[in-house]
This record gives sequence, C-alpha cells and structure tokens, in this order.
Amino acid sequence: MEDLILLETIEKYLSNQMDAQEKTAFELVRKNTPEIDQMVVEHAMFLQQMDQYSAVKSIKQTLTQTHQNLLERGEISNSNEDSRGAQVIQLFHKYKRVAAIAASVGGVIALFISGLALYISPVSHNSQIQQLSNDIAAIKKSQQYQGKLINEVKSKLPAGVKFISGGSGFLIDAKGFIVTNAHVIKGTGAIVVDNNGKEYVAQIALIDQEKDLAILKIDDADYTSKKSLPYSIRKSTTDLGEEIFTLGYPRNEIVYGTGYLSARSGYEGDSLSYQLQMSANPGNSGAPVFDNAGEVIGVLSTREAQLEGVVFALKSNNIYKVVNDYNASNEGSKDIKISTRSNISRMSRKKQIATLESCVYYVKSFDK
Amino acid sequence: MKVTSNEQALLKGLAANDSAIIEQLYQENFSTIQAFILANNGSYDDAKDVFQEAMITLYEKAQSGSFVLTCQIKTYVYSVCRRLWLKKLQQMGRFSHPVDNLEETISVDDDLEQHAKHDAAFAIMDRALKSLGEPCKSLLEGYYLQKMDMQALASEFGYTNADNAKNQKYKCLMRLKKLFFAQYNIGE
Repeated sequence: MEDLILLETIEKYLSNQMDAQEKTAFELVRKNTPEIDQMVVEHAMFLQQMDQYSAVKSIKQTLTQTHQNLLERGEISNSNEDSRGAQVIQLFHKYKRVAAIAASVGGVIALFISGLALYISPVSHNSQIQQLSNDIAAIKKSQQYQGKLINEVKSKLPAGVKFISGGSGFLIDAKGFIVTNAHVIKGTGAIVVDNNGKEYVAQIALIDQEKDLAILKIDDADYTSKKSLPYSIRKSTTDLGEEIFTLGYPRNEIVYGTGYLSARSGYEGDSLSYQLQMSANPGNSGAPVFDNAGEVIGVLSTREAQLEGVVFALKSNNIYKVVNDYNASNEGSKDIKISTRSNISRMSRKKQIATLESCVYYVKSFDK
Repeated sequence: MKVTSNEQALLKGLAANDSAIIEQLYQENFSTIQAFILANNGSYDDAKDVFQEAMITLYEKAQSGSFVLTCQIKTYVYSVCRRLWLKKLQQMGRFSHPVDNLEETISVDDDLEQHAKHDAAFAIMDRALKSLGEPCKSLLEGYYLQKMDMQALASEFGYTNADNAKNQKYKCLMRLKKLFFAQYNIGE
C-alpha cells in the first residue's frame, strides 16, 4: 500500500500536478533519499518509453489507414509491376524466370557434355582441378630461399639443369623405389630430398600418364637402403568417413595434414580416385595418404580449384598396377616388392609420423 | 538544397500525427519508393513495409524538437528506404547491385541506428504488454495511452470505485515494468 502511494506521488510529480509547496517538499525527500530518487528516474524513463510507444503506435495506425485510403482511391498501386517507366528493367523482371530456366538448361547441357568429354579422356585435366605440383616459379623461389641446398644440388647434378616441377613422393620398396604423380615428373630426371634435407639422384623408372603415377629409383651411392618399410599399401578400397592423414612437401619442410574420405570416386566420377576433405597445396602432389593404421590408401594428386578443401587422391590399388607393369618389363633381378604389413598401426600419431617422415621425399624434376 | 518553409510545415504536421499531412507525404513519395523496391527484387508488400518504416524514422526525428532537415523530405525518405532495403536484401542473401534512377541520396546511417534502438524498445514494450494479458493490458493502455481518468476506467472495467481501479492499475503497472526492464537495458 505504501508503495502504491509512493508511485502515485511520483507520477503526480512527474506529470507536474503538484502545487509549489508539495513539489518543494517532495524534491527535498528525493534529494535526501537516493532510493526514491532512483525510483523517480526509473519511472520517468518508463513513462517516456510508454509515451514513445503510444506515439509510434498511433503513427503506425495513421500510416496503415492512409495507405488503405489511398489504395481505395486508386492513388497508389498495389501491383508488383513498376508503372513508372523503366520498361527495360520491367521486361527483364518479367522474363527473368524464363531466362534463368533457359540459362540453367544450357548450363546443365554444357556440364553434361564436358562431363562426358572428361569421362572419355580421364587424364586430360581441365582447369576445374589443379594439379598439386609446384611450378617452376615456386621452385625458383625456394631455391633462392635455401641457398645452401642449391650448392649441394649443383654438386650432384650436371651443370645447366633447370628445375621444372616439384612435389612429394614416398618409398614403396626399401631398395629405393619411390612413387609420385606423373605430373610431378615433367622433366627428364629427378632428385629427391629426404626430411633431413639430404638429396639423392633418382632415375625415372616408369611413367604411367593414364593413371598419373610415376616410379622413381634412387640411384645414388649415398643412399643406404632401409631394412623394410614401416607401412603397407592397401590393395582393397577403403570407405567413406575413413579418417586420413598425409605428409608432403608443399614447402621445403615436411608438412602434416588430416582429413577424411568424403567420396568413393574422384573428380566428376573418376573411379580411379577418391575425394578427400582436407587442405592441400601445390607441392602436395604425390604425397601418400594414410589411414589411421598407417596404411597407404592413396596418392594425393589434384584438388578442385573452386572449392576449398576438396582434394582428390589416386586409389592405392593403382600403385600395384604400375608396379606389376614395371616388374613385367624388368628382368627379375630388381623387382619391386611391396610390403603388405604395417607395423605402426598401434602407435600414437606422433610416433607414426616420426617413423613415416623418413619415407616421404621432396621430389624435384629437372630438365637438361 | 534549402529547405522551404513548406517542408518544415510538413514535418510539423507529421510530428503531430496530422492525417492530412501524412496523406500528402504518402502521395508525394510512395510511388518513387515502390518503383525503387520493385526494380530491386522486391514486392509491393516490401515497398509498403520499407516506406512506412522510413516514415516512422522521419517521425521520430521530427518529434525531437532539435531536428533540422538538411535536405528535401523526398531525398531523406528515399535515402532511408534505399538503406533499409539494401540491408534487407543483404540479410536475405540476394544482394545484387542496386538499380538507382540516379536519385540524390544522403548518409542516414546514424539516424537508422537511432531508429533501430527505438524500434527495439517498441518491440519490447509491445511484447511486454501482450504477455501481460487482460484486463491489465487494456487498463494500462486506457490510462497511459488513451489518458483516461481513474473514474472513467473504474466504470469501464466494472470496478466499484476509483480506488479499486487504482489498486489494480498499480499491480498491473508493476508487472509491466518488471517485464519491460527484464529485456530493456537501461545502460544502452
């Protein structure tokens, strides 16, 4: 009840209904009691909000009413078509749906035809996908960046060679056989660099442009073969959602990346590849794609140019096919043998990487 | 451009909620805005909403006595509508380059920011009143919006005397204030 009277007094005060004596008395109370002063301020603000609300509400009513009146008298139009000139724009709006349908039909046909063309010639990469090898300009830059490295290269290579392209590669046989993408090897020879920056001269043993795979053989006295490889290469295909990781050389240092397998086929249904969700950069081409158990399931090769994180990898069974081709053309003595057992499957990821690191190489292709 | 005394008179009329003046403003400006909205992916209903919001923005400005219009009302309304509509298009994700008929525009960002605050307060009050329920809502609207006196309210709402009505009004007001201040931040 007390509060009621107080509020009433405040309202009376705020609406200037007090006589001079009352007002002076109340102002004194207000001055001496901060709580009451606070209540006055708050209530004044609230009343102001109420007034504002009331005013906007009635102006809204007037506007709606006016709109209605003008509409009834035909002074404004409720059509969705612009009655005031701008005929061209109007025409465009009228026919934009038809135009959009026509355009999309055309687009679908164009896509279908290009898809068909791509299907017939699966290796002819078009601009929609990017090969992940480094181009010469990028290589040049890295050469300038690592001057020391260049000196060593020069000592290993005949003078006057030019680097053309670069990428990643990995051992498939401890004797020194390395797999990479065919598009990484654009020149006549290659050198490979291990994770310690040590370089070895390699020969091109086989290039299969159709599968976009190449086999290199390290041919360097400095190279000491490992006893065996810690990982195996998967013969069967793997399935959607498989968590994967990769190690590659988008720069001069080895870089780790993770993702998952997002589709069973590659670009426009290419059945030789998987689609992966992960980030990859030029230089990742030829890098191995491992599953959680450390088994190679594919070779990173291209990415979708327009979409971030969409990457394609050649299925690992293609490696077996090119290895068989190589072994068939070779005279038995140095057949490639792929290990089918992975002995890193129970290791933590860090240890897996530490083990795998030494098997992944930076591949640089050169021309004389 | 110099603002003519006629324009100031229009503003005064708008501030006073004079329906004849509002009709005049409507007649002079609506079709331009409608043409603009229709040319930019909008509909008749969009044009109506945007135009009325611009009128409220102008009304809020006209109400504060200190407001001096530095351009023609036409230019002001067009600028506000243009800004409001482009913002809406952007929110709907169908932003395309605006098609202008080379109308003059002025910067109205500050005014719109102010208007957005007012609009938020309006919405909070509206919600608070609605969730209050009857008879509280009508009682308070009668007293504070329609400025009816206690005696009239008592008879309208069937209270035996003005004191009972006053008591009821007090309880309702307390609830409304609580609802309102729960959402309205005084600091802002």
